[in-house]
Amino acid sequence: MSVIETNKLCKTFEGVVPVKAVDNVDLKIENDEFTAIVGPSGSGKTTLLNIIGGLDRPTSGSVKVNDIELNNLSDNELIKFRLKHIGFVFQSYNLIPVLTARENTEFVMLLQNTTVEERNERVDALLKEVGLEDKVNSRPLELSGGQQQRVAVARALASKPDFVLADEPTANLDSKSAENLLDIMLRLNKEEGITFVFSTHDQRVIDRARRVITLEDGKIISDITQNEN
Amino acid sequence: MLLKLAWRNIWRNKSRTIITLAAVSVAVILSVLMMSAKNGVYENMIKSLIGDYTGFAQVHSNGYWDDKTIDNSLAFNDSILSQIESSKLIEGYSPRIENFALVVAENMTKGAMVIGADPEKEKRYNSLNERVIKGKYLSEDDKQVMVGAGLAEYLKVTIDDTLVLLSQGYHGSSAAGKYAIKGIIKFGSPELSKQLIFLPIKEAQLFYGVENRYTNIILHLDNTDDAKLVTEQLRPKLGKNHEVMDWEELAPDLKNMIATDKVEGYIFMFILYMVISFGLFGTMLMMLSERKHEFGVLIAIGMKRLKLAIMVWLELVIISILGAIAGCILAFPICAYFYYNPIYFSEDMADIYEDFGIEAMIQFSLDPNIFIQQGVIILIISIGIGLFPFIKTQKLDAIKQMRA
Ligand SMILES: Nc1ncnc2c1ncn2[C@@H]1O[C@H](COP(=O)(O)OP(=O)(O)OP(=O)(O)O)[C@@H](O)[C@H]1O
Ligand SMILES: [Mg+2]
Repeated sequence: MSVIETNKLCKTFEGVVPVKAVDNVDLKIENDEFTAIVGPSGSGKTTLLNIIGGLDRPTSGSVKVNDIELNNLSDNELIKFRLKHIGFVFQSYNLIPVLTARENTEFVMLLQNTTVEERNERVDALLKEVGLEDKVNSRPLELSGGQQQRVAVARALASKPDFVLADEPTANLDSKSAENLLDIMLRLNKEEGITFVFSTHDQRVIDRARRVITLEDGKIISDITQNEN
Repeated sequence: MLLKLAWRNIWRNKSRTIITLAAVSVAVILSVLMMSAKNGVYENMIKSLIGDYTGFAQVHSNGYWDDKTIDNSLAFNDSILSQIESSKLIEGYSPRIENFALVVAENMTKGAMVIGADPEKEKRYNSLNERVIKGKYLSEDDKQVMVGAGLAEYLKVTIDDTLVLLSQGYHGSSAAGKYAIKGIIKFGSPELSKQLIFLPIKEAQLFYGVENRYTNIILHLDNTDDAKLVTEQLRPKLGKNHEVMDWEELAPDLKNMIATDKVEGYIFMFILYMVISFGLFGTMLMMLSERKHEFGVLIAIGMKRLKLAIMVWLELVIISILGAIAGCILAFPICAYFYYNPIYFSEDMADIYEDFGIEAMIQFSLDPNIFIQQGVIILIISIGIGLFPFIKTQKLDAIKQMRA
């Protein structure tokens, strides 16, 4: 059973000129994958990730996460589903500005009603994992863009999701921070077996992915599994 | 968690929060001052007309209040006494015989209210003795009178002068008597000072030719707010040969005047709070619109819309309550100042007030209800406006908000 499985997935945005943002996508993503979705601007990367993440609904076709058909879930069920199964990292402004790094990470666990002991233990471990043990009490504005994204990764993992979806997580970072973030994601993938699916434009990021799916006009035009480096 | 978030969010935009707080507190201050001044005037009116003279509740023989004659006086007996004494809310009573009489002085004649009263009881419950400004207070067996200051002035008499009282007594007998003035008394209400003459009750009974009868039994209550309750409790016990009335029935004009005046106050308050409501609403719209992206992220990562709405709602309610508390705290010393230092009016204004029968002054009220009332209004407004985010977040689309 794949973690993510789509079947003839289509998404059309109605408008003066209707846009087929996702066009007949069949995709299977297995556990432990470290997969990049690439393609030119407007090729449908964000739209695809949004549908897989239960943030948007397809026009037709199906999307299953751990064999659960997302089309069958109501809006409120989808919110619960996201909280339980999916970790999100967005391009920017991921964090709640009034909460510290530690509180931001803790937040999803609070939403899940996790016990205090478990929260404390896990938050400390996660922030250490992303190398921010000395920034736990800083607020987002006091952190660099790269540090903010690392907190976002820690938060995405806090809920123990089935996989993490990241839409251009490095787009607003300088190359060193981007490199660093990717190191962390890769290590989490290797050591903890966390599945990452992320979109990117950045060639250096693409080079480090194990599987690269290329989209153009909403269609998959190539799907390559490459060697690690 | 939501409370913590809300609290921190409030201080994200300090200047806006402070402006909103200031607007709410200014409205609360204005309302409190207005209500405090108005209530102070009412309290003063009630105190000087009702408290000092009429009493908050009275017992009469049935029909007396409509036809106030000695013939409608009440035969006081032990069963009435025991009913009055058995009520826990009643501190005591004082019997009176009240009737109009013609007062003849050397050069002047005037109609006045001649009151037979028990000097000891009036002293104990009404501190009538403290109202003596000249001469001495009456004692039980005196055959003298005390005259209101205004009336004495009109009649051009002073202590030790003699007055002749002419009136109608029990069962058509005529009442006449000659009395020396023992004291001059002055009431808070100038109107009362112009009208009243006090006579010891025994002498009054002789004068009107009634024995062991009174026209009014004034009930003194532990708490004047209980007037209605006391009358309702006592009425069935005393039966239909007696009428039991509270101050609102005894002085319907006063009651109506206060009611009309209160409406004015409420209209002013309504307008004020309408303005504040729009202000709060604007603040909330801004809070909602500038944080759309953040709300999008929160919903995306799995925060329920309801929780999100509660958070925004809390923010608004907290700001409003803080504003209300600040307003009350700031208004209190002002009210307290004018409570201890009442405002007295210049003469022109004084005349108007005195026409209403009260002293020309505004003594602010410190009734805690005034403050609580403002708090409750603000709370209701903020809770009402705060319902808006519940509608708004229902329609919030996470992706759209994040793209913005
Ligand atoms: N809400 C929307 N309404 C209308 N059209 C949309 C909407 N969202 C996306 N599109 C269109 O769908 C297409 C795919 O957009 P999408 O954002 O998925 O591309 P992308 O690959 O993520 O691009 P980028 O690399 O610039 O982020 C584009 O042509 C875009 O204009
Ligand atoms: Mg995109």
